[in-house]
Amino acid sequence: MTDGAISAMAGPAALPRKNGELVFKAPWEGRAFGLAVALTEAGAYDWEAFRERLIGEIDRADEDDGTHYYERWLASLERVLVESEMISTDELAERARELAAHDEHEHDHDHDHTHDHDHDHAHMTREVTT
Amino acid sequence: MGDDQAIYANVRTRAIESLLVEKGILASDAVDRVVAAYEEDIGPLNGARVVAKAWVDPDYKARLLEHATSAIGELGIAGMQGENMVALENTDEVHNVVVCTLCSCYPWPVLGLPPYWYKSNEYRARVVVEPRVVLGELGLDVDESVEVRVWDSSAEIRYMVLPERPEGTDGLSEEQLAALVSRDSMIGVARAEAA
Repeated sequence: MTDGAISAMAGPAALPRKNGELVFKAPWEGRAFGLAVALTEAGAYDWEAFRERLIGEIDRADEDDGTHYYERWLASLERVLVESEMISTDELAERARELAAHDEHEHDHDHDHTHDHDHDHAHMTREVTT
Repeated sequence: MGDDQAIYANVRTRAIESLLVEKGILASDAVDRVVAAYEEDIGPLNGARVVAKAWVDPDYKARLLEHATSAIGELGIAGMQGENMVALENTDEVHNVVVCTLCSCYPWPVLGLPPYWYKSNEYRARVVVEPRVVLGELGLDVDESVEVRVWDSSAEIRYMVLPERPEGTDGLSEEQLAALVSRDSMIGVARAEAA
Protein backbone atom coordinates (compact mmCIF):
# COMPACT_ATOMS: atom_id res chain seq x y z
CA MET A 1 0.00 0.00 0.00
CA THR A 2 1.17 3.49 -0.80
CA ASP A 3 -1.57 5.29 1.01
CA GLY A 4 0.85 7.69 2.63
CA ALA A 5 1.97 9.06 -0.71
CA ILE A 6 -1.54 9.38 -1.97
CA SER A 7 -2.88 11.15 1.06
CA ALA A 8 -0.11 13.69 0.55
CA MET A 9 -1.70 14.43 -2.81
CA ALA A 10 -4.23 16.77 -1.34
CA GLY A 11 -1.63 19.48 -0.83
CA PRO A 12 0.01 19.81 -4.24
CA ALA A 13 -3.20 19.04 -6.12
CA ALA A 14 -4.93 21.85 -4.30
CA LEU A 15 -2.40 24.50 -5.31
CA PRO A 16 -2.39 27.49 -5.42
CA ARG A 17 -2.31 27.28 -1.69
CA LYS A 18 -4.75 30.04 -1.03
CA ASN A 19 -7.30 27.63 -2.49
CA GLY A 20 -6.06 24.98 -0.11
CA GLU A 21 -8.79 22.39 0.17
CA LEU A 22 -8.69 18.62 0.32
CA VAL A 23 -9.30 17.13 -3.09
CA PHE A 24 -9.43 13.58 -1.78
CA LYS A 25 -10.72 13.11 1.71
CA ALA A 26 -9.50 9.51 1.90
CA PRO A 27 -6.75 7.63 0.05
CA TRP A 28 -9.19 5.28 -1.68
CA GLU A 29 -10.70 8.24 -3.54
CA GLY A 30 -7.36 9.01 -5.18
CA ARG A 31 -6.93 5.33 -5.94
CA ALA A 32 -10.39 5.09 -7.55
CA PHE A 33 -9.66 8.20 -9.58
CA GLY A 34 -6.31 6.80 -10.72
CA LEU A 35 -7.90 3.48 -11.68
CA ALA A 36 -10.43 5.04 -14.04
CA VAL A 37 -7.80 7.21 -15.71
CA ALA A 38 -5.23 4.39 -15.95
CA LEU A 39 -7.81 2.06 -17.54
CA THR A 40 -8.56 4.67 -20.18
CA GLU A 41 -4.86 5.18 -20.86
CA ALA A 42 -4.40 1.41 -21.15
CA GLY A 43 -7.20 1.30 -23.71
CA ALA A 44 -9.34 -0.99 -21.54
CA TYR A 45 -12.41 1.14 -22.24
CA ASP A 46 -13.36 4.44 -23.78
CA TRP A 47 -13.62 7.32 -21.35
CA GLU A 48 -17.11 7.96 -22.68
CA ALA A 49 -18.27 4.51 -21.54
CA PHE A 50 -17.19 5.35 -18.01
CA ARG A 51 -18.59 8.87 -18.16
CA GLU A 52 -22.03 7.72 -19.29
CA ARG A 53 -22.28 5.47 -16.24
CA LEU A 54 -21.02 8.24 -14.00
CA ILE A 55 -23.78 10.52 -15.28
CA GLY A 56 -26.26 7.74 -14.52
CA GLU A 57 -24.95 7.18 -10.98
CA ILE A 58 -24.97 10.91 -10.21
CA ASP A 59 -28.44 11.27 -11.65
CA ARG A 60 -29.75 8.35 -9.61
CA ALA A 61 -28.17 9.58 -6.40
CA ASP A 62 -29.99 11.65 -3.84
CA GLU A 63 -28.95 15.16 -2.96
CA ASP A 64 -25.18 15.34 -2.80
CA ASP A 65 -23.01 18.15 -1.51
CA GLY A 66 -20.14 16.77 -3.56
CA THR A 67 -18.59 14.76 -0.74
CA HIS A 68 -19.97 11.47 -2.08
CA TYR A 69 -18.72 12.05 -5.60
CA TYR A 70 -16.08 9.31 -5.52
CA GLU A 71 -18.62 6.79 -4.27
CA ARG A 72 -20.53 7.42 -7.52
CA TRP A 73 -17.23 7.26 -9.32
CA LEU A 74 -16.41 3.87 -7.82
CA ALA A 75 -19.89 2.51 -8.56
CA SER A 76 -19.51 3.61 -12.21
CA LEU A 77 -16.11 1.99 -12.42
CA GLU A 78 -17.47 -1.31 -11.06
CA ARG A 79 -20.36 -1.12 -13.49
CA VAL A 80 -18.27 -0.56 -16.59
CA LEU A 81 -15.82 -3.31 -15.62
CA VAL A 82 -18.59 -5.84 -14.96
CA GLU A 83 -20.60 -4.91 -18.05
CA SER A 84 -17.54 -5.22 -20.28
CA GLU A 85 -16.79 -8.56 -18.56
CA MET A 86 -13.33 -7.57 -17.39
CA ILE A 87 -14.33 -8.45 -13.84
CA SER A 88 -17.24 -10.58 -12.62
CA THR A 89 -19.44 -9.51 -9.73
CA ASP A 90 -18.59 -12.74 -7.92
CA GLU A 91 -14.83 -12.45 -8.14
CA LEU A 92 -14.99 -8.82 -7.07
CA ALA A 93 -17.06 -9.73 -4.03
CA GLU A 94 -14.71 -12.59 -3.22
CA ARG A 95 -11.56 -10.45 -3.49
CA ALA A 96 -13.13 -7.70 -1.42
CA ARG A 97 -13.99 -10.28 1.27
CA GLU A 98 -10.40 -11.54 1.29
CA LEU A 99 -8.98 -8.06 1.63
CA ALA A 100 -11.43 -7.17 4.38
CA ALA A 101 -10.49 -10.33 6.26
CA HIS A 102 -6.82 -9.49 5.81
CA ASP A 103 -7.39 -5.96 7.13
CA GLU A 104 -9.23 -7.35 10.10
CA HIS A 105 -6.27 -9.59 10.89
CA GLU A 106 -3.76 -6.73 10.51
CA HIS A 107 -5.96 -4.59 12.63
CA ASP A 108 -6.04 -7.13 15.45
CA HIS A 109 -2.30 -7.48 15.13
CA ASP A 110 -1.73 -3.72 15.45
CA HIS A 111 -4.12 -3.61 18.28
CA ASP A 112 -2.18 -6.16 20.31
CA HIS A 113 1.13 -4.47 19.72
CA THR A 114 0.12 -0.95 20.50
CA HIS A 115 -1.80 -1.96 23.61
CA ASP A 116 -4.35 0.45 22.35
CA HIS A 117 -7.55 -0.17 24.18
CA ASP A 118 -9.61 2.31 22.25
CA HIS A 119 -12.58 0.61 20.77
CA ASP A 120 -12.41 -0.51 17.15
CA HIS A 121 -14.28 2.42 15.73
CA ALA A 122 -11.74 5.00 16.87
CA HIS A 123 -8.85 2.85 15.79
CA MET A 124 -10.17 2.40 12.26
CA THR A 125 -10.85 6.10 11.91
CA ARG A 126 -7.22 6.84 12.54
CA GLU A 127 -6.07 4.29 10.01
CA VAL A 128 -8.32 5.63 7.30
CA THR A 129 -7.25 9.21 7.80
CA THR A 130 -3.52 8.56 8.16
CA MET B 1 -19.48 9.56 4.87
CA GLY B 2 -19.61 7.01 7.67
CA ASP B 3 -16.62 4.90 8.52
CA ASP B 4 -18.35 1.76 7.29
CA GLN B 5 -18.87 3.26 3.86
CA ALA B 6 -15.26 4.46 3.74
CA ILE B 7 -13.98 1.02 4.71
CA TYR B 8 -16.27 -0.63 2.12
CA ALA B 9 -15.11 1.74 -0.63
CA ASN B 10 -11.48 1.30 0.35
CA VAL B 11 -11.74 -2.50 0.11
CA ARG B 12 -13.70 -2.45 -3.17
CA THR B 13 -11.18 -0.11 -4.77
CA ARG B 14 -8.25 -2.29 -3.76
CA ALA B 15 -10.09 -5.43 -4.91
CA ILE B 16 -10.64 -3.92 -8.37
CA GLU B 17 -7.02 -2.86 -8.71
CA SER B 18 -5.63 -6.21 -7.59
CA LEU B 19 -7.90 -8.14 -9.99
CA LEU B 20 -7.02 -5.92 -12.94
CA VAL B 21 -3.31 -6.23 -12.28
CA GLU B 22 -3.64 -10.00 -11.83
CA LYS B 23 -5.46 -10.28 -15.17
CA GLY B 24 -2.82 -8.21 -16.92
CA ILE B 25 -5.29 -5.45 -17.82
CA LEU B 26 -3.33 -2.90 -15.82
CA ALA B 27 0.39 -2.69 -15.15
CA SER B 28 1.14 -2.95 -11.45
CA ASP B 29 2.37 0.66 -11.32
CA ALA B 30 -0.26 2.16 -13.66
CA VAL B 31 -2.39 3.68 -10.91
CA ASP B 32 0.67 4.88 -9.01
CA ARG B 33 1.84 6.71 -12.12
CA VAL B 34 -1.49 8.47 -12.65
CA VAL B 35 -1.72 9.47 -9.01
CA ALA B 36 1.89 10.67 -9.00
CA ALA B 37 1.23 12.80 -12.08
CA TYR B 38 -1.61 14.54 -10.27
CA GLU B 39 0.49 14.81 -7.17
CA GLU B 40 3.51 16.34 -8.83
CA ASP B 41 2.71 17.85 -12.22
CA ILE B 42 -0.97 18.49 -12.75
CA GLY B 43 -2.70 21.22 -10.82
CA PRO B 44 -3.94 24.79 -10.98
CA LEU B 45 -0.41 26.13 -11.33
CA ASN B 46 -0.54 24.84 -14.92
CA GLY B 47 -3.54 27.02 -15.64
CA ALA B 48 -1.96 29.92 -13.77
CA ARG B 49 1.07 29.74 -16.08
CA VAL B 50 -1.24 29.84 -19.10
CA VAL B 51 -3.11 32.88 -17.76
CA ALA B 52 0.06 34.78 -16.82
CA LYS B 53 1.55 34.20 -20.26
CA ALA B 54 -1.64 35.42 -21.92
CA TRP B 55 -1.51 38.57 -19.79
CA VAL B 56 2.03 39.48 -20.86
CA ASP B 57 2.06 38.16 -24.44
CA PRO B 58 -0.76 39.41 -26.72
CA ASP B 59 0.17 36.97 -29.49
CA TYR B 60 -0.06 34.05 -27.08
CA LYS B 61 -3.38 35.35 -25.78
CA ALA B 62 -4.72 35.47 -29.34
CA ARG B 63 -3.62 31.88 -29.92
CA LEU B 64 -5.14 30.80 -26.59
CA LEU B 65 -8.52 32.29 -27.43
CA GLU B 66 -8.37 30.93 -30.96
CA HIS B 67 -7.28 27.39 -30.17
CA ALA B 68 -6.71 26.77 -26.48
CA THR B 69 -5.70 23.11 -26.69
CA SER B 70 -2.63 23.82 -28.81
CA ALA B 71 -1.76 27.08 -26.98
CA ILE B 72 -1.83 25.21 -23.67
CA GLY B 73 0.20 22.44 -25.32
CA GLU B 74 2.90 25.03 -26.13
CA LEU B 75 3.64 25.11 -22.40
CA GLY B 76 4.02 21.33 -22.31
CA ILE B 77 0.59 20.73 -20.77
CA ALA B 78 -1.35 17.89 -22.40
CA GLY B 79 -4.88 16.57 -22.04
CA MET B 80 -5.81 13.24 -20.53
CA GLN B 81 -8.75 12.05 -22.60
CA GLY B 82 -8.13 13.98 -25.78
CA GLU B 83 -10.74 16.56 -24.86
CA ASN B 84 -10.58 20.03 -26.37
CA MET B 85 -9.93 23.03 -24.21
CA VAL B 86 -11.63 26.37 -24.79
CA ALA B 87 -10.45 29.53 -23.02
CA LEU B 88 -13.05 32.18 -22.19
CA GLU B 89 -11.89 35.76 -21.69
CA ASN B 90 -13.38 37.86 -18.91
CA THR B 91 -13.68 41.54 -19.81
CA ASP B 92 -15.40 44.73 -18.57
CA GLU B 93 -18.48 43.51 -20.40
CA VAL B 94 -18.54 39.74 -19.99
CA HIS B 95 -17.93 37.47 -17.00
CA ASN B 96 -17.64 33.75 -17.74
CA VAL B 97 -18.23 30.92 -15.29
CA VAL B 98 -17.80 27.18 -15.86
CA VAL B 99 -19.90 24.24 -14.68
CA CYS B 100 -20.55 20.65 -15.69
CA THR B 101 -24.23 20.01 -15.08
CA LEU B 102 -24.09 16.30 -15.93
CA CYS B 103 -21.03 14.74 -14.40
CA SER B 104 -18.56 17.32 -13.13
CA CYS B 105 -16.25 17.26 -16.14
CA TYR B 106 -13.39 19.56 -15.30
CA PRO B 107 -10.31 20.85 -17.12
CA TRP B 108 -7.89 18.55 -15.27
CA PRO B 109 -4.80 19.34 -17.31
CA VAL B 110 -4.90 23.01 -16.30
CA LEU B 111 -6.70 22.90 -12.96
CA GLY B 112 -5.93 19.49 -11.47
CA LEU B 113 -8.86 17.84 -9.74
CA PRO B 114 -12.11 19.63 -8.92
CA PRO B 115 -13.00 20.93 -5.47
CA TYR B 116 -15.98 19.36 -3.72
CA TRP B 117 -18.34 22.27 -4.25
CA TYR B 118 -17.89 22.02 -8.02
CA LYS B 119 -19.36 18.50 -7.85
CA SER B 120 -22.28 19.40 -5.59
CA ASN B 121 -25.84 19.18 -6.85
CA GLU B 122 -26.37 22.69 -5.63
CA TYR B 123 -23.63 24.31 -7.69
CA ARG B 124 -24.36 22.24 -10.80
CA ALA B 125 -28.07 23.02 -10.71
CA ARG B 126 -28.15 26.59 -9.46
CA VAL B 127 -25.28 28.29 -11.30
CA VAL B 128 -27.13 27.73 -14.55
CA VAL B 129 -30.41 29.17 -13.28
CA GLU B 130 -29.22 32.05 -11.12
CA PRO B 131 -25.51 32.59 -11.76
CA ARG B 132 -25.35 36.07 -10.23
CA VAL B 133 -26.86 34.85 -6.98
CA VAL B 134 -24.54 31.86 -6.78
CA LEU B 135 -21.49 34.01 -7.58
CA GLY B 136 -22.60 36.48 -4.91
CA GLU B 137 -22.86 33.67 -2.37
CA LEU B 138 -19.34 32.61 -3.33
CA GLY B 139 -18.17 36.16 -2.62
CA LEU B 140 -18.06 37.54 -6.14
CA ASP B 141 -20.32 40.45 -6.98
CA VAL B 142 -20.66 41.01 -10.71
CA ASP B 143 -21.93 44.45 -11.72
CA GLU B 144 -25.37 44.52 -13.37
CA SER B 145 -23.80 46.07 -16.46
CA VAL B 146 -21.65 42.97 -16.97
CA GLU B 147 -23.15 40.03 -18.84
CA VAL B 148 -22.69 36.68 -17.08
CA ARG B 149 -22.20 33.68 -19.35
CA VAL B 150 -22.38 30.14 -17.96
CA TRP B 151 -20.57 27.41 -19.89
CA ASP B 152 -21.55 23.78 -19.45
CA SER B 153 -18.62 21.41 -19.96
CA SER B 154 -19.02 18.21 -21.93
CA ALA B 155 -17.01 15.13 -22.77
CA GLU B 156 -15.62 16.91 -25.82
CA ILE B 157 -15.08 20.42 -24.52
CA ARG B 158 -13.64 21.63 -21.24
CA TYR B 159 -13.54 25.31 -20.45
CA MET B 160 -11.15 27.49 -18.52
CA VAL B 161 -11.66 31.15 -17.75
CA LEU B 162 -9.02 33.74 -18.59
CA PRO B 163 -9.57 36.18 -15.72
CA GLU B 164 -8.90 39.90 -16.03
CA ARG B 165 -5.41 41.03 -15.08
CA PRO B 166 -5.61 42.90 -11.77
CA GLU B 167 -4.86 46.64 -11.67
CA GLY B 168 -1.45 47.72 -10.48
CA THR B 169 0.45 44.66 -11.67
CA ASP B 170 2.34 46.28 -14.57
CA GLY B 171 5.79 45.73 -13.10
CA LEU B 172 5.34 42.07 -12.24
CA SER B 173 7.12 39.19 -13.96
CA GLU B 174 5.20 36.34 -15.55
CA GLU B 175 6.07 34.14 -12.60
CA GLN B 176 4.86 36.74 -10.09
CA LEU B 177 1.66 37.15 -12.08
CA ALA B 178 1.04 33.39 -12.10
CA ALA B 179 1.02 33.46 -8.30
CA LEU B 180 -1.99 35.81 -8.43
CA VAL B 181 -4.11 33.39 -10.47
CA SER B 182 -6.25 31.24 -8.22
CA ARG B 183 -8.00 28.07 -9.23
CA ASP B 184 -11.34 29.69 -8.52
CA SER B 185 -10.57 32.59 -10.84
CA MET B 186 -10.08 30.09 -13.68
CA ILE B 187 -13.47 28.47 -12.93
CA GLY B 188 -14.95 31.95 -12.93
CA VAL B 189 -16.18 32.13 -9.34
CA ALA B 190 -13.50 34.60 -8.23
CA ARG B 191 -11.28 37.32 -9.67
CA ALA B 192 -7.53 37.25 -9.92
CA GLU B 193 -6.42 39.64 -7.17
CA ALA B 194 -3.23 41.68 -6.80
CA ALA B 195 -1.24 40.35 -3.86
